[in-house]
Amino acid sequence: MPIILPEEPTPIAKVPSTENKTGGWRTFRPIIDYEKCIRCYICWKFCPDTAIDFAAPEKHPAPKDALKRFDTVEINYDYCKGCGICANECPANAIELVLEQNVGGEEE
Amino acid sequence: MRKLTIPEEEYMLPGHTACLGCGATIAMRYVLKALGKKTILSIPACCWAVIPGVYPHRALDVPLLYTAFEVTGASISGIREALDVLGKEDVNVVGFAGDGGTADIGLQALSAAMERRHNVFYIMYDNEAYMNTGIQRSGSTPWGAWTTTTPGGKKRMFKHEPKKNVAEIMVAHNIPYVATATIAYPEDLIAKLRRAKEIKGPKFIQIFSPCPTGWRHSPDKTVEISRLAVQTNFFPLYEVINGKYKVSIKPKNPKPVKEFLKLQGRFRHLTEEEVEYIQHEIDENWKALLKKERCSQEE
Ligand SMILES: Cc1ncc(C[n+]2csc(CCOP(=O)(O)OP(=O)(O)O)c2C)c(N)n1
Ligand code: SF4
Ligand code: SF4
Ligand code: SF4
Ligand SMILES: [Mg+2]
Repeated sequence: MPIILPEEPTPIAKVPSTENKTGGWRTFRPIIDYEKCIRCYICWKFCPDTAIDFAAPEKHPAPKDALKRFDTVEINYDYCKGCGICANECPANAIELVLEQNVGGEEE
Repeated sequence: MRKLTIPEEEYMLPGHTACLGCGATIAMRYVLKALGKKTILSIPACCWAVIPGVYPHRALDVPLLYTAFEVTGASISGIREALDVLGKEDVNVVGFAGDGGTADIGLQALSAAMERRHNVFYIMYDNEAYMNTGIQRSGSTPWGAWTTTTPGGKKRMFKHEPKKNVAEIMVAHNIPYVATATIAYPEDLIAKLRRAKEIKGPKFIQIFSPCPTGWRHSPDKTVEISRLAVQTNFFPLYEVINGKYKVSIKPKNPKPVKEFLKLQGRFRHLTEEEVEYIQHEIDENWKALLKKERCSQEE
């Protein structure tokens, strides 16, 4: 019998995990109240799912004018699993966890 | 504009398959932020062998080689020597293994790699049990903890043996760099890896990584529990550079260990006396650590 070698002798995982939309796992949705957010990035720092992104300063309101020159943050609901670490660590109490089924329909 | 206290570059992608609130995942995120793109990982059987996803998925932007459970030390030794032969000395070679893979089954391969003094990093992410296979006790599980093989119950069959101190075993190998770290202190963790990066030779870092699934805690408490582990002296943060100890954080008024224990279901069965015993052990260990720091810093 001839030996059939695979096309790729070493299997290499090439498909990025971003194909996998883990947001569907969520029970609770973290929602940022931008009127409270002091743009400290602590939520970004601790997120285990790298699901918090930076956004341009003017994209969201800020509680103080002095904060308006800093970038703001946004939660990427495609990937956020709803662990709640961001809400637990936020020093301004700006993140609320809302049961997914109680989230208003407009975002979906 | 933004002011960040840890590097912005991200080498861990979202969409990985760790449980929500996984501490081991945060540990990997910081390790790669500290070491950067020129890094090769070797990972044995453990949760981190599953977290990147099912083939052909990948969750990391650096090469990762899976290896057998007991041979992380041998694997990184081989990768290092091969890279050196190719003249690629500026690539970081990192073994990233769980506590079971490090304290128990991989201990001899680790010991041999350290003794041969390869220029490698060995990271033990410590979630204090065999989590990937369903929360069995490991040598690194602390006294008093519930696991599926130390089930507690009426016969009080929780773990009755103390946690094996792998960092100390590494110190006994006379390697140039040993440190402990945890995810609630990312700046400290990253600074340690960067210091280690400047050192040629074997480097061992133990990262205390809470596991909501195995520790039976709410996933939002992962970072808080990690912080409490340090503030109660349950898991002290320190470095040993060429045999000299330096304690990284000395809590002014350490909190009672109860505050750390009470957030976790794995300690729920403990009586007041048992909690007092744990407190006593922590106090003794802390004193011993400070003594080592004093003695080793003296010339
Ligand atoms: C030789 C061998 N024995 C047993 C196993 C089964 N196994 C896979 S992962 C694992 C537990 C790993 O525990 P740890 O190293 O602490 O990592 P964690 O899963 O907690 O992240 C076990 C027992 C295996 N893969 N190979
Ligand atoms: S932790 Fe809170 S205050 Fe800080 S950036 Fe996040 S939401 Fe805003
Ligand atoms: S809930 Fe968890 S996964 Fe979602 S953004 Fe917050 S920290 Fe990240
Ligand atoms: S079992 Fe624990 S360590 Fe493993 S992926 Fe889940 S939370 Fe992370
Ligand atoms: Mg483990």
